[in-house]
Order: sequence, then C-alpha cells, then structure tokens
Amino acid sequence: MAPHDLRRPFKRPAISDQQRRRDLSLLRQKQNRLDAQRRARCLASSVLSFQSEPKPPSQEQSHFELELELEIEPDAEEHQGPATTYDVRQASKLRGTEARRWFAKQLMLPEWMIDVPPNLNTDWYVFARPAGKRCFVVSSNGTTVSRLRNGILLHRFPSALPNGARINNVSRSSQSYCILDCIFHEPDQTYYVIDMVCWAGFSLYECTAEFRFFWLNSKLVEVGVCDTPSTFHKYRFATVPVYNCDQEGLQTAYIGPVPYIKDGLLFYNKHAHYETGNTPLALVWKDENCSEYVIDTDSKGQVPNQQQLVLELQDDGRLATSDDPSVIFGWLNEDFIQKTGLHAGNLLRFAVNDGGLSFVDGKLEKADLQYLGQSNRARAFADSYSKVMFQYIVRHSPLKIEHLFASIGPLGDGDIASHDVEMAA
Amino acid sequence: MAMEVTQVLLNAQSVDSTVRKHAEESLRQFQEQNLSVFLLSLSGELAGEDKPVDSRKLAGLILKNALDAKEQHRKYELVQRWLALDMGVKTQIKACLLQTLSSPVHDAHSTASQVIAKVAAIELPQKQWPELIGSLLSNIHQVPAHVKQATLETLGYLCEEVSPDVVDQDQVNKILTAVVQGMNANEVNNDVRLAATRALYNALGFSHANFSNDMERDYIMRVVCEATLCPDVKIRQAAFECLVSIASTYYEKLAPYIQEIFNITAKAVREDEEPVALQAIELWSSICDEEIDILEEYGGDFTADSDVPCYYFIKQALPALVPMLLETLLKQEEDQDLDEGAWNLAMAGGTCLGLVARTVGDDIVPLVMPFIEENITKPDWRQREAATYAFGSILEGPSPDKLTSIVNVALNFMLTALTNDPNSHVKDTTAWTLGRIFEFLHGSTVETPIITPANCQQIVTVLLQSMNDAPNVAEKACGALYFLVQGYEDIGSTSPITPFFQEIVKSLLHVTDREDAGESRLRTAAYETLNEVVRCSTDETASMVLQLVPIIMTKLHQTLEAEKLSSDGREKQNELQGLLCGCLQVITQKLGASEPAKYAFMQFADQIMNLFLRVFACRSATVHEEAMLAIGAVAHATGPDFAKYMPELYKYLEMGLQNFEEYQVCAVTVGVVGDICRALDDKVLPYCDGIMTQLLKDLSSNQLHRSVKPPIFSCFGDIALAIGENFEKYLMYAMPMLQSAAELSAHTSGADDEMIEYTNLLRNGILEAYSGIFQGFKNSPKTQLLIPYAPHILQFLDSIYMEKDMDDVVMKTAIGVLGDLADTLGSNAGSLIQQSLSCKDFLNECLSSDDHLIKESAEWAKMAITRAISV
Repeated sequence: MAPHDLRRPFKRPAISDQQRRRDLSLLRQKQNRLDAQRRARCLASSVLSFQSEPKPPSQEQSHFELELELEIEPDAEEHQGPATTYDVRQASKLRGTEARRWFAKQLMLPEWMIDVPPNLNTDWYVFARPAGKRCFVVSSNGTTVSRLRNGILLHRFPSALPNGARINNVSRSSQSYCILDCIFHEPDQTYYVIDMVCWAGFSLYECTAEFRFFWLNSKLVEVGVCDTPSTFHKYRFATVPVYNCDQEGLQTAYIGPVPYIKDGLLFYNKHAHYETGNTPLALVWKDENCSEYVIDTDSKGQVPNQQQLVLELQDDGRLATSDDPSVIFGWLNEDFIQKTGLHAGNLLRFAVNDGGLSFVDGKLEKADLQYLGQSNRARAFADSYSKVMFQYIVRHSPLKIEHLFASIGPLGDGDIASHDVEMAA
Repeated sequence: MAMEVTQVLLNAQSVDSTVRKHAEESLRQFQEQNLSVFLLSLSGELAGEDKPVDSRKLAGLILKNALDAKEQHRKYELVQRWLALDMGVKTQIKACLLQTLSSPVHDAHSTASQVIAKVAAIELPQKQWPELIGSLLSNIHQVPAHVKQATLETLGYLCEEVSPDVVDQDQVNKILTAVVQGMNANEVNNDVRLAATRALYNALGFSHANFSNDMERDYIMRVVCEATLCPDVKIRQAAFECLVSIASTYYEKLAPYIQEIFNITAKAVREDEEPVALQAIELWSSICDEEIDILEEYGGDFTADSDVPCYYFIKQALPALVPMLLETLLKQEEDQDLDEGAWNLAMAGGTCLGLVARTVGDDIVPLVMPFIEENITKPDWRQREAATYAFGSILEGPSPDKLTSIVNVALNFMLTALTNDPNSHVKDTTAWTLGRIFEFLHGSTVETPIITPANCQQIVTVLLQSMNDAPNVAEKACGALYFLVQGYEDIGSTSPITPFFQEIVKSLLHVTDREDAGESRLRTAAYETLNEVVRCSTDETASMVLQLVPIIMTKLHQTLEAEKLSSDGREKQNELQGLLCGCLQVITQKLGASEPAKYAFMQFADQIMNLFLRVFACRSATVHEEAMLAIGAVAHATGPDFAKYMPELYKYLEMGLQNFEEYQVCAVTVGVVGDICRALDDKVLPYCDGIMTQLLKDLSSNQLHRSVKPPIFSCFGDIALAIGENFEKYLMYAMPMLQSAAELSAHTSGADDEMIEYTNLLRNGILEAYSGIFQGFKNSPKTQLLIPYAPHILQFLDSIYMEKDMDDVVMKTAIGVLGDLADTLGSNAGSLIQQSLSCKDFLNECLSSDDHLIKESAEWAKMAITRAISV
C-alpha cells in the first residue's frame, strides 16, 4: 500500500549511457540485417535475370491479376559477353586471381593511335588523359571500391556515389550501384572520371560515348561527388574537359592548362558503345609535350636501348598479342619451351633486335625478337598490337601532332569526308 | 508437528545461526511433506491469541510467501498450488485469517490483512470467496477501533492486489462508502482515519464510475481536501498522496477543484512539515506530467478525436505557482549534493519548476528572470545557487529564440562562476546548468550557435579544469562535456573538438584514475563522457581513438588480475569492468564503421576477445551484457575471421541464451548471434545445432521475458540466411513454432496499445524469420521443402493485412516476405499468390506508400511476383 516514490531524477540525464549503448547496438544490428536481406535479394534477382535472359517473359503468358508492368532491370551482365558469369556486385566479392581476371576484362582499353582515323573532327572527342592509374570505381552496398586494370584492389572507401557509403537514413536499393571508369591521379588524390559504365543501376554499356559523357557530367554534379571530401566521401572525384576534336578542341586538349598532370591524349568515337577489352573506337596518342611516358620504361624507370614487348605464349608455341583476334609475332620451339619450363598462357618479355619489325602492305611480316624472360606477375595480359606498333614508330618515325592537325584541316573546315554532299533532294 | 510449530517459528528467528538453520530446514520439510497441514497450522498459529507475537507474525509471512512471488513463473505455480488445495482446508485457513483481523495485537491483524488480500487476489478472479467483501464490510460497523482499522487496511491491500474488473460496481460502491466514511472528520480515531485514507489511495483505481458522478466525486474530493488539514501529519501526508494520485488518474475531472487544490498546496508548501510539503509539490509535478503528455500527443492542437483535452491548469496557475516554487529553491540542505538519497524541498521545487517550463514554454522566462538577476550575485551562496538552479531548470521548454540572447549573456558568467565561486554547491549547479545549455541549445538543429570558434576553447578549458574539482562538481563537468561533444555529433568531417581531442581524452582518463572517483558516480560519468567523445569523433581523430584501445584494454586486464576481493570490492570491480567493456564496445563500433580505421583496429582483435572471454568468468549480469554487446561489435568489424574465436566463445553464447532471469543478457546474446551469423556466413554452421536448440528452448519457456521472443524469431532468419539450405534440418522444429506464433499474432482484437505494439514486434520477428529462410534456400535444389509452408504464410499475410493494425515496420517486412516467397518458390508460388485474397491490394497499398523502405520492398516484391507468375 506504499505510495509511489516521490523522488524524481535530479540533475541527471534522462537516458543512461548504458541504454544508449544498447540502443545503438540494436540500431546497428537492424541496419546490418537490412543490408544482409537486401544483399540476398539482389544477388538472387541478378542470377535470375541472367538465367531468364534468353526468354524474357511475355505479357501474354502472365495471368496475374495485378497487371503489373514488367520491369526489366538494367543489368550489366547482359553486355559483358559470355565469358562473364558474375555481375559487378558478385564480382566485388571475388578475391585474388579470380577478381583480377574478371576486372581485367571489364575496362574498355583504347588502342594506340598508329594512324589517324577518318572523320576525326566530326566523329571524335578528344581530351587530355590524366597521369595515373586507370581503374574501375564501383559503388554498391554502402561502400565504394576501386580496382586497377589488373583487378588489384586500390581503395575501399565511402563516397557520395549512389550507394557508395553507409549513411544513416539514406537507404537505397542495392540495385543502384555505379561503375565508373576512372584514372586515379596521385598528386591531388583525385579520381578523374573518364567514362561512366553504370549509374544508379542504370546501365550505360549500350549508350554512345556522346550520351555517356553528357550523363557523366550531369550526374556527378547532381550527387556532389565532385565536392570536397568529407567523412562519407573520402576521395574527390573530378570530370575531365572533353572537346570535339576540331582544330580548337585538339589545340586546347593538347596545350590547354588542366589541374592534373597530362599523360597523352585520348580520342573517343562519339557513336561507340562502351566495349570491354581493346577497341579501335577509343585511341590513345602521346608525344613528349603532353606526356612524360611516351616511350616505355623498364622497372627502374629507364628507357631501355631496345624496345620491349610482352606476348602471350599459346598452346602451339605461337606468341600472340592481347588483341582479339590476336596478332602473331613469332613462335617458340618446343625444345625451348620444355627447357625453360614455360607453358601456355605465360606472358613473356621480348626485346626487339636490330632487325626490327618488317611490314608488307601494312601487315606485320617479320619480327626480330629476343627472349628476355617472364613478365612481371602483376601483368594481366600481353601488349596489344597497337601498343607495340606505337612504341615502334615512336622510336623510328613518330606520328606527330602536326599530322593530327593536318588530318583535321583548317579551322572550322571539315576533312575530306565532310565534302561529301548529302543528297537532300 | 503442529504442537511444535510455535517453537520452530521462534527458533527460525533465533540469533544462533545453527538453531535458525535447523528450524528453517524443519519448516521446509514440513511444507514438502504435507502442504495442507503446514498451511493450516500456520494459519492456526497466526490466529492464536495465546501465541507469542513473533511466531504469529512469521507464520503470517510464510503464509503470504506461499501465495505469491515476484517472479512470474513461480507466482503462477503458487497460484495453481493454492487452487488445487482441498476446499475444506482452504475454508479453515480463510476463517482463521478473518478471525485474526479482530485481534488486538497489531502485528497479527496487520499481517492477516495482507494474507487475506493475497488469497483474494487468487480467488476473486476465479469467482471464489464471494462472501469476503461482505464480511469485511460488516466488520466496519464493529465497535473496537482496531477491528475497524484492520478491516480498512485489508480493503486497501485488497484494492492493491485485485484487478478492478473482478469486483462488482455494487461492491466497489460499498467499499468506497466505507473507506470515505472512515476518512471523514467525524472519525475520532486517527488510526482508523489513517487506515481509511491509505485504503482510499489504493481504491482510487476502482473508482472510475464514482468519479464520473458529480455528487460522489464532490463528496470524495471534499473529504480528501479536508483530510489535508487534519492535525495528524501522517493523515495530511496520506491525503496529499491521494490528491497526487487523483491528479494523474482523474486529470480531466480536476477543473472544479483546481483553485482549492492550489490554495491548500500553497499553504502546505510554505507552512507544513517537509513530507507533506513534498507531496504538495509533487501534485503540481504530476499535473505537469499529464499536460506534457497531452500536449505532446496532440501537438498543442485541439482535435476532435483527442480523448483528454488540455485544461492548461499550469498556465493558469503560473503567476502564483512560479513564485511559490522559487521560494523553495532557497531551502537547500548544506550537503545535499553528497547524499545520493537526498530529496528535499529545494530539489523537488526545482524539479517541478523544470516541468512547469516544459509545460508552458516561453511564458515562464519573464517570471523567473527577475529572481535570477536579483540573486545570482548575492554574497549568500544559497541565493546564488537558487538563482543558478532556477536558470538551469527553465532551459528545457522555452524556444531557443527566447533563450539564446539570455544564454549568450549568462554563458560567460557561468564559466567564471564554475572557476571562481568559493562554494562547491554553487559550482555543482553551475556545471549542471552548463550541461543543460549544451543539451538544449547547442547542436546541429539549433539555428544560432551558442558555441563559436571564439569561446569553444575557453569552455573546454574551464570544463577540463573543473574535472579536478570535488567529485560532485567534476561529475557535472563531465556531464556538461558529454552534451558539448554530442552537439557536434553530425558535424561532418571537421569537428571543432578536434584540436582539444587529445587533451579531453587525457583529462577524462585522469578522472577515472582519481582516488575518489567512486564518489558521486564520477568514474561512471567520466567513462560515459569518454564514450560520447568517441562516438562523436571524426576521421581526423580516428588514430587517437585507436590509441585508446590498448589503454582501455590494459585497464580491463588489471581488473581481471585483481587478487581476492571483499564482496563490496567485487561489486565495484564488476561495475568498472562493465564500464570498460562498454567503452571498448563504443570504440569498436566506431572504428568498425570506417574501413581504414577498421583494419588498424583489427590488430587488437585477438587481445580484446581474449579479455572478454575472461570477463565471462566473472559473475555479473551487467558485465556479461556489456561484454556481449562489445563482442557483437567485434564480430561485425572482423567478418569471416571471427570464426577463430568461436570454439571458445560458444559456451558463453550458450550460457547467455540460457539466462532467463537476467533476460537483458539473453536478449543481447540473441542479437550477437545475429551479428555472428552475418560475420561468418556458412562458417557458423558447426555451432547451429547448439544455438538452434537453445533458441527453440527459449521460445517454449514461459519463464523467459516475452520481449526476447520477437528477436529470437528474427535470429532464425539470420541463421537461415547464413547457412542456406543447411537450415533444412531445423525446418521441422522452427516452422511449426513460427506457424503457431503467427496464428497467435494474427489478430489483436480487443488488445490494448501495449499489446498491439508487442504483437507487431512479434509479427516482425516471425516475418524476418520467413524472409531469411526463403532467401537462404534460394537457388537450392531443396526449395520444394518450403512449398508446403507457403499457403499458411500467405494466409498469415492476408490476415494481418485484413486486421489493419500493422505498423510500418511490419508492413515493410511483410511485403518483403511476399517477394521472397515468390522469388524462391518461383512458378510453384504463382498460383498460390494469385489465389490469395489480399495480396494485390496489399502490394498496391505498399507501392503507393510514402515510406521509402516499404516502397522499396514492394517494388522488389512486384518484380519477384511478376517473374514467378510468368514462368
């Protein structure tokens, strides 16, 4: 029959810190459970969409009363070729060689410009390539991961990209991941975004470069990725100024000031989709004025006396470039292969001897190569034909900036192709 | 045996422990051999006027303990045991009890009245002992005052023990009539009048009908108000206790009496003895509580559906109420800050003033400011302290607009007073007031910042200095620092605290090492502040947080090395271990949330886990809970590598899951099992047999606190998601349990708010279990094992949708389950879903929800269903 205790809390906070610890733990557990659930659902749905891809369900088959509109998810996999059985979120869980192999195949790799493509001024963009490490930046499940061209993890960090950081109150579908093609520029610790492959779950693989660049510039600004770094946004992202490859654009890209160290020029065909692997629809070109790395250096940073190249040893002893189809530079005989313990798939380093490379009708006919040994283990693939050729001509008769300007023609005027009159009548 | 019972009962109270233990053993044996005879002889002893008072009293106590227990499960057993007793035996016992009420021996009739109430609490709900109340009421008219007193006491206990709905209104009327008559000024015997007043306190809960009747209510109120003027202080106090209870139970009926209530409370506060004056203040605090609740619920608007309107009693009383409360502030006791149990007029008055400020907001400021201005610089410490306390009390409630300019002026004064005031009591209140300023007027939501780059340094310096002051002052300074750093919780990447971080941490650690840190809760306050400093830190100071890890670990290690301790020493040790585990948990959770810091933190993981495992060897629920919480944070940070700790940790998980009594430990352990599942994925498999067995046992136990059951179901989901199709072997146990829980929680009709809330927690747990199971089996060849359960699950979703009382959380989980079911079962589920009664409506409702989490789940479900029915 005792009446309630009169005493009320006196000079004390109403909530105990212990209760706060409990509550915050529960909150974390709840969030983790939600994440796990989402992960489960997204993995499940992406596998499903991959399997059902060949026969998309038709509306007629559906007797469901809800009259739901079938939503086909933007799905990265569909466009990644048959070799790929993971989507990017699954792949981000891969470790070691598996991860490297997968990522190595995902980037669009520009060929080296060994001759000037036609319609450069109308069909192409040009921009100054930032010096640094080319990488894929993937945001998903509340974290952002960057991987180098060989698949090695560069950074794992929070970012303002959609789903790129675990921020309270902001929950997005894990479907909304992003994949950016970037160059990490060490001096200012910035990711320069040179292309966009996936944005908030929306795939840009099948989009033209023209659209991708437009999308890239508007979306990055929208989410504040280019803002100064903060707790939930560890690295700065920046866009690269892209120009139409006319006289003025080329001039600006070549000598215009940029906040980063230049490493050559990149040329992108406006109409080209994002294609993984080597593509002639994106090209890289360098000279001493716009790059410190025109001629390949060895591991000590010295330019070797002889040009070096890396080729892949095939089953039959042939030495191939990384192109598809590959270009064959020569053979190794079986004795040599056995003696050295090499096997198919090894990447081998060669020097170009004085005999050089001989061409007939623009095709490689003979290469005077000297075996140096196996290549660095970090290499994921052999050199491309265009790279070998670019390095070769740089040493002998380089393609100069004047040649590029010349192919564009005088300011404001088109090249030969532009003289074709469209028959409108 | 019956012959000896008197002696055994006396022996059981002997100072000689051998004699006492022997007697206790005999009693235990007696009870086990023949309960009926045992209870009969006890009631006979209690009733025996020739027996010694000590044996009678103990006999009554043992009887009482044979009828009721605190622990729910035990209580249930005792009730069943009593109900199973032979009717004749029970009748005899009850007769003895009623007879004892007439005993002139106070201890005998007073004990009997409590036992009667316990029996009534068991029997009345069973419609047994119908004559009890009638026979009690007939006692009222007996002449001896002690019989009347005992009877009124019995009625009071009875009202306390028995639920109002088992007593007829007719009987309630008779009880109230008897009680109020006993309280009346005509009653000459003060013992009777006091017993009646105390009985009314308990009977108020029975009086809803009577309080709705104007005449009856007027009568009760008149008698209660008169009793507050009785010459006997105990009766005045008891009458005020009744008024306090009336103010909260019948707030909406107070209007006609509020003026008189104010008059009598004002008189009591100013003139009466302290126990009475405290009740008078409490009455106004209770009215504040009511109005704060009402205003919070309705946001200050009158709406048509609001059950209880706000009568703004406090606002109306304000001009008289505030001066009355301010007067009390000057009646401090010299050392009240050093006495944990202190509660006096000044403390109660200040607390009430704080509640008034929360109730009326801005209006209080002009009424209090003159008092503050007049007193804050006076030479008498009482005046300075009262002014400061008044200021601190009104900081919650009024708008920042109203307070900011005042606080800007006051802040410097406070900082100076905290450094220079010669009186420790003033400094204590000053530091507390600074804490209140930071709590309510500093932070990201406050528009005009009180703390600027210009004064931040000074504030930190003064607070850190004060940490060397007397323990009670230092404790308040820690509290102020707690709220200072909390204000920078979501500051972004750069915190104004960063430049002082190292110094703050150093000072707090220094405080924890003070010889006198055990006084005034100082050590606890210092660790809690350290926790908040860590929580609110930014990446800039991550390396310094990391440096704390080895320091706290060393301290924890030292507590584990301590030699044999006294029981008091052990208790203090446990408290310290709890604080240290708590601190490590906060640090782990902080560092675990950022990738680079997490990797740096992992170097300590082995040592930390080793320490926690040693902590489990100590027997203290709080420490276990803290260590368990911390382990959850480590598991989250460690990921799959956590597997290496499992062999050693497992037994403690099992222990935690078996801890029914300290259910918080059990609940926390269930949460940590979830963390571990997510960290280990299928590597948790070897431990699942044991864990699942324990969880299933927990669910079947009626000893375990019900709040732990929903998280256990969610934990099923965590396990299933982690081990996938390996969950197969648990399906036959888990599914029926989920199914019966689902049936129980499908309908809530007639339940109160609390029950509906619990039901929704339960539903959410069940649904999370289903989600985890479906997703776990996804893409397994064994999905067909789940098909037989699908119809029931869909039916469950149907029924909770139809019930229309699920909350947003359940809605999100439920629509997710629909998607999971479709996703995992594919075409097998298609036709079932199409047959479902309400899936379509449910999905459409969720798709158009404003809650983005519901919408997200619904969109996902829509996609999964479309696939399922189109294959």
